[in-house]
Amino acid sequence: MPVSWAARLRVLLLQALVLGAVLGLAAYLVNNTLDNLARQGIATGFSYLGRQASFAIGETLISYSAADSYGRALLVGLLNTIEIAVLGCVFASVLGLVIGIARLSSNWLIRNLAAIYIEALRNVPLLLQLFLWWDVLRIAAPGPRQAWEILPGVFVSNRGLVFPVLSWSGGLHWDVPHLAGFNFAGGHTVTPEFAALLVGLVVYTAAFIAEIVRAGIEGVPRGQSEAAAALGLRRWPALRHVILPQARRIILPPLIGEYQALTKNSSLAVAIGFPDLMSVTNTTLNQTGQAIEAIALMMAIYLVLSLAIAGALNWVNARTRLVER
Amino acid sequence: MRALLWLRANLFNGVWNSILTLAALYLILRGLWGLADWGVVNAVWSAPDGRACRAASGEAGACWAFIAHWYRFILFGRFPYAEQWRPLLVILLFTGLVLVSCDRRLWRRGRLLIAIWVVGLGVSLVLMLGGILGLSHVSTDLWNGLPLTLFLAVLGLAGAFPLAVFLALGRRSNLPILRALSVGYIELIRGVPLITVLFMASVMLPLFLPGGVNVANALRALAGLMLFYAAYLAEVVRGGLQAIPRGQYEAADALGLSYWQTTRLVVLPQALQIAIPPLVNTFIAAFKDTTLVTIVGLFDLVATASSAITDPQWRGFYWEAYLFIAAIYFVYCFFMSRYSRALEASLQQRRAVR
Repeated sequence: MPVSWAARLRVLLLQALVLGAVLGLAAYLVNNTLDNLARQGIATGFSYLGRQASFAIGETLISYSAADSYGRALLVGLLNTIEIAVLGCVFASVLGLVIGIARLSSNWLIRNLAAIYIEALRNVPLLLQLFLWWDVLRIAAPGPRQAWEILPGVFVSNRGLVFPVLSWSGGLHWDVPHLAGFNFAGGHTVTPEFAALLVGLVVYTAAFIAEIVRAGIEGVPRGQSEAAAALGLRRWPALRHVILPQARRIILPPLIGEYQALTKNSSLAVAIGFPDLMSVTNTTLNQTGQAIEAIALMMAIYLVLSLAIAGALNWVNARTRLVER
Repeated sequence: MRALLWLRANLFNGVWNSILTLAALYLILRGLWGLADWGVVNAVWSAPDGRACRAASGEAGACWAFIAHWYRFILFGRFPYAEQWRPLLVILLFTGLVLVSCDRRLWRRGRLLIAIWVVGLGVSLVLMLGGILGLSHVSTDLWNGLPLTLFLAVLGLAGAFPLAVFLALGRRSNLPILRALSVGYIELIRGVPLITVLFMASVMLPLFLPGGVNVANALRALAGLMLFYAAYLAEVVRGGLQAIPRGQYEAADALGLSYWQTTRLVVLPQALQIAIPPLVNTFIAAFKDTTLVTIVGLFDLVATASSAITDPQWRGFYWEAYLFIAAIYFVYCFFMSRYSRALEASLQQRRAVR
């Protein structure tokens, strides 16, 4: 720290100067903006949130109709974003863990297959992959009558993905989809947009998670696996009970970053027409012209989501931290 | 004999692994078989239009005639057809600049490297824009396809870098106001998706400027990319700054160097060198991220490809189109990631030797 009065004064002056410059720039921009808005006759403020949205949304987790407000439309979009993010993180973690372990397999073929997967997926832009998945599901997929049955009871057609669900009607039973006329009845259907976005996000993010898992496993000291072997543990039990619990502490911090990235990347939904937070905001600002409010609100929500993910996982991280003597 | 031993050790050590190997082998062979069937055996290499191509392949093979017909549009977009040698030269020039910069002998001669880049960028701009030297003028709206992608990535990163260095220094500074401003900016940008920043740039930038000032769409997107990249680059530079031992600062103090002298002569040269491998990784991410300008209406490589497949004569050859540009992205990104890894390994080795 500077000691002399002259030096302290200089430091204070420098900071005042920078702050002044930033505030000055901000004031200039705000002034211009208000001018421009006044000239275009656009009102400011968030009152538009209460007005009728009058656009329909294809997929909603809560009840919504075109007669509802922009505020409710935004909530629908936010819930869709959260749905995609939660499902995406879960599936990407599972797939990433499997591929990360495969990357370290003693089997040459498996090891290299995993490496090819990682390199191919990581080095091609996500948007391109999403377009490809979307076109495969929209164009290449057959009509419901010739649907591909990728797993027993799970069908892919150009109407989307339909799969069995557990349902309750007088007793718990599987509600399996079946053909009825020109479409499927029963089961649960997701649209091609939702399926493309989810699959695209999962396979892309899994490639990054796999590398994190690999680094985490390699980060556990060699002595640990040697000790496990000396105790007579085979490879899998050693991995499950000795290596992975320790690797988890190395994996968790960078994993937080991947979860945040997946959540932010889910905004690419706007490119393939899935009604997430970004798409709804886009429609809203096109209809109302209230670009500043709509974009600021959206950015604030994404920021909160990002911080919430970091907060939640940091809490887990702190709880599972190694307590050393 | 050695081959047999290798096979046993790596593919058939135990029942479980042998089953795994055979299953994987089966899947790989089937996949390769299908791929060869589609991409080579049943593929059609020339056809007058999409319908003829479909008929010739029996819908069972790729229609590479689509690429033969459209590759110039996908690469250069609506750039005047007769002038497309100009963007082609720009692509080669940029690729050459990147390759030259990988030579580590040039890093010691930073000024020469910067001079090469400035000249290269200048020549590229003249080639694209024209208007002098007998080249016809081409509006930035017609800068499409791969040259646009490269321009956005290179200019975006180059413009973001100085800002990133100041942000990183600000974050490490002990002046509270500078630190707060830097941290606020970096965390705000890193907390939101790039597409929201691009939207802000394309929708709000016209509102921010005095009435009547009109900024080209490409420049707005470039401004958005710069603001976004700066936050990520700043964090990488900060990583380099944190790796500088305290003794370096103390030695600089003892020599009586001022803050800026210390930063410029002692700290930054070392910090940036340490940060090069993670910087290259950030470049890869930035290069892939330029694809998002498609969403705000720019005509980059992804947009030219997805518009080619909507042509009425050639509708729906999306596999061919997307595989073609995916291969281009892959070549650039894979090369950079390999380079970054090799660099990291050799830097680590050098540090270990010392």
